[in-house]
Amino acid sequence: MKYLDEYRDGATARTYAQEIARITTRPWSIMEVCGGQTHSIVKYGIDTLLPAGIALIHGPGCPVCVTPVDLIDKAILIASRPSVIFCSFGDMLRVPSNGDDLLAAKARGSDVRILYSPTDAVQLAVSNPGREVVFFAIGFETTAPATAMAVWQAAQLGLKNFSLLVSHVLAPPAMEALLSSPDCRVQAFLAAGHVCAVTGSEIYEAMAKRFHVPVVVTGFEPLDILQGVLMCVRQLESGQAKVENQYTRAVRAAGNIHAQDLMRRVFQVAPQTWRGLGEIPQSGLALRPGFEAFDAQKKFGLSSVHTCEPAECQSGLVLQGRIKPPECPAFRLGCTPEHPLGAPMVSSEGACAAYFRYRSLA
Amino acid sequence: MCLAIPGKITRIDEADSLSRTGTVDFGGIAKSVNLTFVPEAKLGDYVLVHVGFAISQVDESEANAVFDYLREMGELSELKERGP
Amino acid sequence: MKSPVEFASACPVSLKEYPTVTMAHGGGGKLMHDLLEKIFFAAFDANSTPNRHDSAILELPVNRIAFTTDSYVVRPIFFPGGDIGSLAVHGTVNDLAMSGARPAWLSAAFILHEGLPMETLWRVVCSMREAARRCGVRIVTGDTKVVDATTGEGLYINTSGIGVVEHSLQIGAASVQSGDAVLVNGDVGRHGMAVMSVREGLSFQGSIQSDSGPLFNAVEALLSNQVEVHCLRDLTRGGLASALNEIAEAAGHGIAIEEEAIPVRGDVHAACEMLGLDPLQVACEGRFVAFVPERDAARALEILRSQEAEANAKVIGRVDRREPPWVVMKNSLGSLRALDTPVGELLPRIC
Repeated sequence: MKYLDEYRDGATARTYAQEIARITTRPWSIMEVCGGQTHSIVKYGIDTLLPAGIALIHGPGCPVCVTPVDLIDKAILIASRPSVIFCSFGDMLRVPSNGDDLLAAKARGSDVRILYSPTDAVQLAVSNPGREVVFFAIGFETTAPATAMAVWQAAQLGLKNFSLLVSHVLAPPAMEALLSSPDCRVQAFLAAGHVCAVTGSEIYEAMAKRFHVPVVVTGFEPLDILQGVLMCVRQLESGQAKVENQYTRAVRAAGNIHAQDLMRRVFQVAPQTWRGLGEIPQSGLALRPGFEAFDAQKKFGLSSVHTCEPAECQSGLVLQGRIKPPECPAFRLGCTPEHPLGAPMVSSEGACAAYFRYRSLA
Repeated sequence: MCLAIPGKITRIDEADSLSRTGTVDFGGIAKSVNLTFVPEAKLGDYVLVHVGFAISQVDESEANAVFDYLREMGELSELKERGP
Repeated sequence: MKSPVEFASACPVSLKEYPTVTMAHGGGGKLMHDLLEKIFFAAFDANSTPNRHDSAILELPVNRIAFTTDSYVVRPIFFPGGDIGSLAVHGTVNDLAMSGARPAWLSAAFILHEGLPMETLWRVVCSMREAARRCGVRIVTGDTKVVDATTGEGLYINTSGIGVVEHSLQIGAASVQSGDAVLVNGDVGRHGMAVMSVREGLSFQGSIQSDSGPLFNAVEALLSNQVEVHCLRDLTRGGLASALNEIAEAAGHGIAIEEEAIPVRGDVHAACEMLGLDPLQVACEGRFVAFVPERDAARALEILRSQEAEANAKVIGRVDRREPPWVVMKNSLGSLRALDTPVGELLPRIC
């Protein structure tokens, strides 16, 4: 595939690794924010190519992993209603909560359907006027514009049988929350490339200055990540703290203003609970008052559901980058993709799943 | 967080009131894609597609940046080694 | 492939009278008798004896036979390159071929949901007839049940098969030896992505067709050319990763493969990238891996290539003595990683 496969070239990757080793004089800890980048790092063994002093800390950029657990319960509750067609992205179906998940709900007879795009849910609502269509709207800023479009289309069409269970999260507040934590070891960020395709790279200027931390907007293929790491290390070695863009083929400084416009029209910034991280202020998106009719939580009158997480699950520590999955006592023993204790083992973007799947031979 | 893959616009549909849509080819398979967020993208342009939406136009002039950067670093380090 | 209209007009059961399967069709009475005569016997009886006994009597020419069974529940029923019927024939025939047995006889048992369109049933049965003819097998016995269901699209098939073993090798994981070459007879991932391409909610346009097809000709070619086949395994659910892991575990040997050697078509690769799936875990239906001694590898490859040139058969790796006996893969970056068995249903991802 053009503009994809060429960035997996082994010889260039090894040359990048050599260059990084050549200029590294001290240990550095760099966090890659996005789950997709974690997946790539573990799959291609990029961490094994880097010199011993460079530590890659895996960040919380997996929207499936950070969706609040009580929302999973609400999803299952809503899906169990006979009139409801509950639509979701595929990787949400196995996220566990209280020993249950949407796939099990489907097996019990709930009408749960996997969709590729949020606007497919709008089409479902149009062609099933007698049913209530509910879409599980999760994702970072990359996905929020698509959800916004679905809401806007539903409003234009005057649909009464369409709503969303919303859990959109914003990357920069999470990064700031991590940086503000007293024992934060992160010295530089590989910022999430596709989030930045929407938001732009200049939104990190204030953060880079305030915390004196390099931020390099990075893509997802092995060569992108290696170039991103090289750019971070060059800054760290010379004491700089700037925002740079590695992913220039996809990201512009101002981002995608059309997508941002629609997001602003449909959503407003709101407090958000992150599974494993707790509440982070101003880190989520909620539907604006004009679009409240499409809020499934209001429509179905769901109040907070009490949920408890298994005590052995350390996904919070994994999401904060404090431990790597193999350091969790339950890893591979009590917790596997077949019987996951937490979301990072289920989502194929989650760090635990990545480490489980692309098992190191060490 | 975001599985977005590059594809080439092979068709742009007649605009309707709801969206600008088209067909994007990903090296042998094609999908109907919402192009509303990339109004400047034309037939033949490459876009990044995430959940059925083009979120960015690929800047093809930057496609070799990854390789050019490495070459520049190599040249830089050679210059340093050679000294003044 | 015949068009639905042609199928409808050819359906021996009057669609005006019985457009769908009813509970009575499974009841043992006249309607069931009609269904059996007009649909099943009409399709499968072409070269069979017309006995309508409870069991088929078979004349076995040899002492060793292979016997296998499998059930088929694929959704949707029709997909590019095949349907549940052709799958049910090829799948069981291929299981026999993996023991080096020449497939000879099949049974076919059907569980039908009340409300299943009769035309759908006729199309599937005709597809089975065609597949059986292509594979040189006869469908000699079977069963039909009709069940109550909330949706009328249900059709499940079980096929059991008997094959004749004409060689004296012990083809199986126990015969795998360290140093054996691992070959695959063609590119992987076509079937799963063909089914995905017509699945509601995830469909995409393209020309990926299922690779569902018979494998015995390829196996027979290897055996009759004196290739010392140690083990064969067809790739089905779980794809290449699953098959290799099953063999590594059963054989107690490690397997090392090279990612760049594994053939994957460009469009299958693109479809997998789009949905976030790994082609090594995607189901195939007309592919197998063969374990042969290193000295036979080149000849085996040539034979496989001559069977189906466009499939791109390849040598993908070697069996070794590593401990623990994992399947490991070297990727394009030169990193070595364990290639584990996939877990659970493959779900397309957003990130």
